[in-house]
Amino acid sequence: MLLLQIDTAFIIEKILLITVILLGSLGIAMYLTWAERKVAAVMQDRIGPARAGIFGLLQPLADGGKLFFKEEIIPDRSTRTLFILGPALAMLTALMTSAVVPWGPDITLENGSVIRLQVADISIGILFIFGVVSLGVYGVMLGGWASNNKFSLLSSIRAASQAISYELAMGLSLVAVLMMTGSLSLREIVEQQHGFWDGYFTWNFFKQPLGFLIFLICAFAELNRAPFDLPECESELNMGYHQEYSSMKLGFYLFAEYINLFVSSAVIITLFFGGYNFPFMDKVAGAASPIVFSLICVLIFLTKIICCILFFMFIRWTLPRFRYDQLMRLGWKSLIPLALFNMVVTGAAILWIFK
Amino acid sequence: MPIQYYLFLSLALFCIGIMGTLMRRNAIIVFMCIELMLNAVNLLMVAFSKMYNDASAQIFVFFIMVVAAAEVAVGLAVIVMMYRKVHSVDINILNRLKH
Amino acid sequence: MSTYEILFWFLTVMALSCALGVILSRNPVNSVLFLIATFFAISGHYVLMNAQFLAIVNIIVYAGAIMVLFLFVIMLMNLNADTEPQKNRLVQFAGVISGGALFLVVLAALRTSSVNMLEQSPTDIGLIKNLGKTLFTQFVLPFEISSVLFLSAMIGAVVIGKKEEAVSEVKQ
Repeated sequence: MLLLQIDTAFIIEKILLITVILLGSLGIAMYLTWAERKVAAVMQDRIGPARAGIFGLLQPLADGGKLFFKEEIIPDRSTRTLFILGPALAMLTALMTSAVVPWGPDITLENGSVIRLQVADISIGILFIFGVVSLGVYGVMLGGWASNNKFSLLSSIRAASQAISYELAMGLSLVAVLMMTGSLSLREIVEQQHGFWDGYFTWNFFKQPLGFLIFLICAFAELNRAPFDLPECESELNMGYHQEYSSMKLGFYLFAEYINLFVSSAVIITLFFGGYNFPFMDKVAGAASPIVFSLICVLIFLTKIICCILFFMFIRWTLPRFRYDQLMRLGWKSLIPLALFNMVVTGAAILWIFK
Repeated sequence: MPIQYYLFLSLALFCIGIMGTLMRRNAIIVFMCIELMLNAVNLLMVAFSKMYNDASAQIFVFFIMVVAAAEVAVGLAVIVMMYRKVHSVDINILNRLKH
Repeated sequence: MSTYEILFWFLTVMALSCALGVILSRNPVNSVLFLIATFFAISGHYVLMNAQFLAIVNIIVYAGAIMVLFLFVIMLMNLNADTEPQKNRLVQFAGVISGGALFLVVLAALRTSSVNMLEQSPTDIGLIKNLGKTLFTQFVLPFEISSVLFLSAMIGAVVIGKKEEAVSEVKQ
């Protein structure tokens, strides 16, 4: 099997890349908690966290420290193994998705060797993301069930049915995009969106606005974020599926949520907003050395991701929560037919107009 | 890797599935064992597809998955209905259908 | 031993032990988790045989959708080890014997068959491009029929779920 004949340099390169991405997404997730509180404060005309450090910048560290030193309680009547497995799975699936996201263009060094800013360029990148996302629901389900608490159970059942319902519309909206790109590899999809203007807008957002809208709504639902945060709505279910959790296990659930937010923003940017591409990138590529150019690309990508995350946060603090039947009606009766319609229109356009 | 290894592996999985269906009385576990048997067949299909370098067998795996998914949708609905009626998932209770 | 062989044996042992876990564990939730692990092992085998697309579809369809439904139903009914139906020792014994007998018979029949080696060269028949071409040219009619099957299963599930409610309302 040729796939497995790999050399040490390759392994070291990948391990370094994985470490950087993992630490990076953990660090960003940490500061997302801070950003969320600041955004909430701004929207509600408050100051927000301001005590720990300047602008409250040390607040995430203080929160993390607090969670670490809290007493760890495992409820007496819970299923112990699954109770521990729940948050672990949530964290695992949150971190796994970032493996196929291309973070920047290849760096060609002077001696001809190429450094790829992507952990794994597999030909079925999008399907990999789908697989991991569909596994993400297990963390919530198992944790909620193992807690042996009515509210947790209700919440985990809600989470599961919500995730299954919205996965369908998500997949269907993506099919239209894939029909345009003709590839499942994320790297290829990004490279097709090279630059910004090439006689037409290259970014998929301009080719598939409806698909993007459906995908975005489904992303909100998959992330369990407001206005679709029914699995953890305080007014009905106390705290939702992590009701019985304490200490760092609770921290894992909360953290996984923010990592998911970060990674899914990265996926949205990759699919619809050109990933690391930006206008006039060819001129910049001509002027700067390859490494500097790659760094600029990565920074642009991160900026886009942060804009996307801010959008998610604004929505959260603006819109009220859906009712559960409204959520299901939106998913099954509006989004899925709309996605199917989008798919048919795209297919017809490819067949008759762009051929 | 000899094709025999894959044959024996999927045979063993299939027989574990059969044992499960015969041993257990919980309808859901019986159902899961049927899924296991279908998967054992899928594994063998993929091994043969690799051996003959032919994609048809992999297409058949798709169709098996389709059938499995359809079966699960209907089967689980039946099990839920059964539970609502008799408050148990014991398949022996289905004997009552005779009366 | 090459990396390929190590992976093969690891996945084989994992698949078999998890499959045994499915039928031996008392708690249905544990059975579901063992079955998911079995599916992962089988997907690993698919990757080893260069069928990446099937591997990921296997995970999406089985682990991501079907098993979630199973878990969902088990949680809704609140099944656990206590509600597990008690089984007859004799029936259990008979099940093991008949399953084992089948295994031995087929094993004996296949033992002497000629040995075909699976080449370990990368092939591209498992790629989505080739599979799609085969599916939509050679197998397009079965594909359409299976979509009808899906639709009828969906309607069937809805009808089974609905009917009971109407009947119980009438009774009340």
